[in-house]
Amino acid sequence: MSGPGTYQARTDALASSEKVHAMTLGQRFWSWRYIVLRRICQVGILLLFFGTAHWAWELPAKTPLLSGNLSASEFMGLIPLADPLAVLQIFLTGHVLQTETLLGAAIVFVLYLLVGGRVFCAWVCPVNMVTDLAGWLRAKLDIRAQFHVNRNVRYFILAAALVLSAITGVAAFEWVSPVGMMHREIVFGLGVGFLALVSIFLFDLLILKNGWCGHLCPLGAFWGLVGKASLVKVRFDKTTCTHCGECAKVCPEPQVLNLKKLEERGVVWSGECSNCGRCTALCPEGSLAFDLRPLIRQHNARSEHSGASS
Amino acid sequence: MINLCLMVRTMSEKSVTRRDFLVKAAQGTAMAATGGLLWVYLLKQEARAHPYALRPPGALDEKDFNAACIKCGQCVNACPFDTLKLAGSGADLPIGMPFFIPREIPCYLCPDIPCMKACPTGALSPELKHINDSRMGLAVIDLENCLSWKGLRCEICHRECPLKGKAITLETHPRQISKHAMFYPIVNSDACTGCGICEKACPTTEAAIRILPHKLVQGKIGDHYRLGWTFDTEITQDFKPSDAPPPTPSIDAVPKGKAPGQDYLNEGEL
Repeated sequence: MSGPGTYQARTDALASSEKVHAMTLGQRFWSWRYIVLRRICQVGILLLFFGTAHWAWELPAKTPLLSGNLSASEFMGLIPLADPLAVLQIFLTGHVLQTETLLGAAIVFVLYLLVGGRVFCAWVCPVNMVTDLAGWLRAKLDIRAQFHVNRNVRYFILAAALVLSAITGVAAFEWVSPVGMMHREIVFGLGVGFLALVSIFLFDLLILKNGWCGHLCPLGAFWGLVGKASLVKVRFDKTTCTHCGECAKVCPEPQVLNLKKLEERGVVWSGECSNCGRCTALCPEGSLAFDLRPLIRQHNARSEHSGASS
Repeated sequence: MINLCLMVRTMSEKSVTRRDFLVKAAQGTAMAATGGLLWVYLLKQEARAHPYALRPPGALDEKDFNAACIKCGQCVNACPFDTLKLAGSGADLPIGMPFFIPREIPCYLCPDIPCMKACPTGALSPELKHINDSRMGLAVIDLENCLSWKGLRCEICHRECPLKGKAITLETHPRQISKHAMFYPIVNSDACTGCGICEKACPTTEAAIRILPHKLVQGKIGDHYRLGWTFDTEITQDFKPSDAPPPTPSIDAVPKGKAPGQDYLNEGEL
């Protein structure tokens, strides 16, 4: 492989970009496979909650299939599930919840520890559908950035949510969360929560690109911290990457695709990656792909070895 | 001279960076304080609407319930009568928590308390063992608009009450000359669960019997009153308020044994 900055390297990168632009319709559809899967997953989970609440879906018989909502629920009358951040906030108000909720929070926590913290954001959270639409429309309409906001603001908001929970005695984020509002109002009925969603949509569309999910949401920040340790990661193969930058163009969190860090570690290390699969499906060289963390090291060692020998 | 200039310049550079730092810090603090205050205001505003909400059976006290309810709606799903609703955002009630409106659908007092059992957090406390011990609110009668109190034979609330004879009793006033016989419904707070079946059943255009949260309607006489004529307090001459706090008169101000009005009634002098 030729070093960066050389004429050869630039030609390689251009050729890669060309491959992306020259995709046939079929290839383009195929590159959306994770987006389709994510929508099926998001809508499917909503549907399970909705069906249980409104059409009395039962499995096994006489047992609600998935009762509750994303804050806390019970699957098949057996497995409790709970939002660890909500439980943490309630804990900080000075209330130790019942074992059922604590167990549920632990189950959810471990689940996302395995598949990737912000998998919640990209694959489950209903607000993601709204912000993805805004992001897509923003790219289509070519709306330029108005100002810059540090993406670490979300961690401060997360800290504030925890501190304010302790001060006010109510779960501070749960009481204003648009995620909770949207989910609750779809599952349980009317409210004006959609106004919060409209404002998020407009904010993302016109004011700040990926404003809510990428800069402000404390729930995303929480899962981002969890996701640092996750098992499923996007691996990066530096032997095949031509630095065309197509991945960063579609990535809602492009700072996680910092090439220098990627080449150092061979994996999208940051917890801020939501495993949304945009880049893995698009990369014209196949340099980015989902993998399990223990396997990534082996893979990279192997590919480097074969790259060096060839 | 050059040295001095250099020094001044480095100093000024230094002070500029320090100034920058201080300004940045102040800006950050201001942002955090403004945001935090707005956030707290929102939370307080939401929580304030609470006194009017009727909560499901077993609900903890207002403050604890506000904190412990995770807003999952499993109680709503478990309610077989669709009594319980979750408050939407922007409504009069705090966001996302269960409530019911008795005039629409009252609580039918399921003996197995499915809503409480569905609650994963304990905001609906499992310490409630019998549904009749639940205290969701208290029935209050508008005497001016109650048909029975007007002299009509209604008493629907009494007949519908699941704890008839305990929570709602009838006080009968037989017919006198040129007067109606009266059958007054009376609510007894020690038995009323606040289920709201009476409010649902009340035939007046606007219910003349309503469920309200206890704290909005219930008074408290205080511990210092002794009701000598009630059955649980015997009338005796040697009544000593043993459980009352010991009197703390300022002894020094009054000569010993000469305190006016103290105990002379019980010392056999009269």
